[in-house]
Amino acid sequence: MSQLAEPLRPTPPRKLKLYFTIFLLALFLFASAYQTNSTFSELLTGLPNMTGLLVDMVPPNWAYINNITPAMLETIRMAVVGTTIGAVFAIPIALFSASNVFQSFWIWYPVRFVLNLVRTIPELLLAAIFVAIFGLGPLPGIFALGIFSVGIIAKLTYEAIESIDKGPLESMTAVGANKLQWIRCAVIPQISAHFITYVLYTFEVNIRAAAILGLVGAGGIGLYYDRTLGFLEYDKVSTIILFTLVVVLIIDYFSGKLREKLL
Amino acid sequence: MIEFKNVSKTYPNGTKGLKDINVTINPGEFVVIVGLSGAGKSTFLRSINRLHEVTEGEIFVGGTSITKANGKQLRRMRRDIGMIFQQFNLVKRTTVINNVLSGRVGYHSTFRTMLGIYPKADTELALQSLERVNLVEKAYTRSDQLSGGQQQRVSIARTLAQEAKVILADEPVASLDPLTTTQVMDDLKKINQELGITTIVNLHFIDIARQYATRIIGLNAGEIVFDGPVEEATDQKLAEIYGQKLETTEEEAKEVPYVATS
Amino acid sequence: MIRPQKPKKKIGLYILIYGSLLLLYIWAFSGVPMDGFKDTAGQISKAIFSGIFSPDWDYVYLPEGEDLLRGLLDTLAIAVLGTFISAILCIPFAFWASKNMNRARFTTGTGKFMLSFIRTFPELVMALLFIKAVGPGSFAGVLALGLHSIGMLGKLFSEEVEVIDPGPSEALAATGANKIQTLRLAVLPQVLPGFISYTLYRFEINLRSASILGIIGAGGIGTPLIFAMQSRDWERVGIILLGIIVMVVLVDMISGFLRKRVV
Repeated sequence: MSQLAEPLRPTPPRKLKLYFTIFLLALFLFASAYQTNSTFSELLTGLPNMTGLLVDMVPPNWAYINNITPAMLETIRMAVVGTTIGAVFAIPIALFSASNVFQSFWIWYPVRFVLNLVRTIPELLLAAIFVAIFGLGPLPGIFALGIFSVGIIAKLTYEAIESIDKGPLESMTAVGANKLQWIRCAVIPQISAHFITYVLYTFEVNIRAAAILGLVGAGGIGLYYDRTLGFLEYDKVSTIILFTLVVVLIIDYFSGKLREKLL
Repeated sequence: MIEFKNVSKTYPNGTKGLKDINVTINPGEFVVIVGLSGAGKSTFLRSINRLHEVTEGEIFVGGTSITKANGKQLRRMRRDIGMIFQQFNLVKRTTVINNVLSGRVGYHSTFRTMLGIYPKADTELALQSLERVNLVEKAYTRSDQLSGGQQQRVSIARTLAQEAKVILADEPVASLDPLTTTQVMDDLKKINQELGITTIVNLHFIDIARQYATRIIGLNAGEIVFDGPVEEATDQKLAEIYGQKLETTEEEAKEVPYVATS
Repeated sequence: MIRPQKPKKKIGLYILIYGSLLLLYIWAFSGVPMDGFKDTAGQISKAIFSGIFSPDWDYVYLPEGEDLLRGLLDTLAIAVLGTFISAILCIPFAFWASKNMNRARFTTGTGKFMLSFIRTFPELVMALLFIKAVGPGSFAGVLALGLHSIGMLGKLFSEEVEVIDPGPSEALAATGANKIQTLRLAVLPQVLPGFISYTLYRFEINLRSASILGIIGAGGIGTPLIFAMQSRDWERVGIILLGIIVMVVLVDMISGFLRKRVV
């Protein structure tokens, strides 16, 4: 068509960065596969075991539900109590972490720092530590869930507090309220609905978490995984899994409905 | 050559999009379809490359029925029909040249497309197409950094890279300001004249239609109500047909009373 | 002057809500065994605290292996590989579950149900099952994370697919491209940044999960941690906790930086 415009053409950009990224990613993946001994041959040799296991899981042993119902109730109980404890402690921590409630950097920053630190520790690990302290049973599980819940609720709540409307805060300051009155009348009304939805959300998360805490001896239905897997009773394992699934979905449904109503 | 034979389109809700259309468009023509909104302009255009299915009748493109074409034949036929959209429809996150090159996919295997590698000749063709719309210096720019008019010219370049024999343009200037409108329409006209590509454009501005078209087809409520050379499409004639004036760019579009046609 | 009456609240509803809440709490708290405290609890907590504040620095690197660094590396590798596997495997699920890629409502519904089923299936239980199939070790952990993460990533990916601009796909179809070519050239460029961002986010979560998988024998730093706890070697527990926290914080920072870059 036209040869004269040839010199005006831009040069294509170099793709070095893209190639380097791909190379780096491939390197990471290979190193990871090497480190974890993950190979396809390993997967293929494992596959028959896996299918055998799945075949053993059906049909589930429905009669077993009677045996595990108390443990399931304990799981729900742990989640209720753990979430409640977490919610109570999360209130002051959230207020101290919010930079518009306590303007001083030296208050909110350290609190937030500790909060973030706590959030890096997985709940199962907390449970394992509490089992070491208090011994086996639901109590260490409740404490672990409590601390875990503080991490979630306090973080979500302080972020909500920081985005509230400034007007009421200023007018409460203007009428001469002290700090507690100020929080009670200007902050709490603005975030209470958010707070309750966060608590409900955390409760949903905690039900799932509580169902596995038993693996480290911290109570609840998780204990029964160890018991049944140890005896290779896979029909019972699938009963536990399905039972948990149904309970989790039912609780999710009601909690979700409630959350929708609140917001 | 594009032929409509007794073509009708009824939407599932019973609305008639097209009513018994019979029309032939000859190679090299610059046809502008005019009509009020809802008159079936877009349905007419999109039935040519079967982005919309017709419910009755048959459409022939270059002597072959596109209505009866199967998947593979349809894609082969679409390769020869370029399309330009009101909203440009570029992939905004990728470079201009990649958008132009996407017009070439009909020529390549799926495997080659997956790798995103094009032959040198394709890149050359894409750059030449961009030269034709005076945008070659933007070849490696991300498309979302271009203005609306520039993006529309990129989509023209895409149809050129496609080596289309027919270009369909669905309201190509409706999202553009008057100055860029002129640039885009000039480009389309130039391509039509220099390369002899049959061009069919939907417009709702009658003055632009008169300025560029060799033939004007007027649609109303899915029917052809006018078909003739530009000279015959006088204000008076059109006002007779539509019972009102068609929009021109000089007046505010909203001032024209909307006539429900569908 | 007539004063407006205080609006009557729906007393019945309030009694129902608060009453059932009260009952739930009475049930939940009455079941918590308060006598579960071991006499040694105070002692052990003290030992844990002193252990955490005087960590066993020698454990960071041991020439003969099985040290902190290698454990953390293993954890990282499990998370990298598990995340990668799920990011690839969830793509078909994402398209299956997204509304704009399927005409049939039924298809989308089953896709969404599959994803929520996978999401509710705890990764630790998956790891337990994979241990039965491929034996204990990191590979079981990789497979568990790879499978479990499909649930969340598939959901996020499908939401990303649902908000794309349909224009480019239409344009590609008009040039004569087939379905796969349209996906590659019109859909993929639009969704890729979102996919990458979500994958990095999931990687942050998976790193936390990978650090506890070892508790049940699925590789990573969790195994030496649970051994140290069982042998009450609190200084070692301290250094491992410290190692996990540092690694998680560092990876969060890097991943957060990368996420900002891609979007």
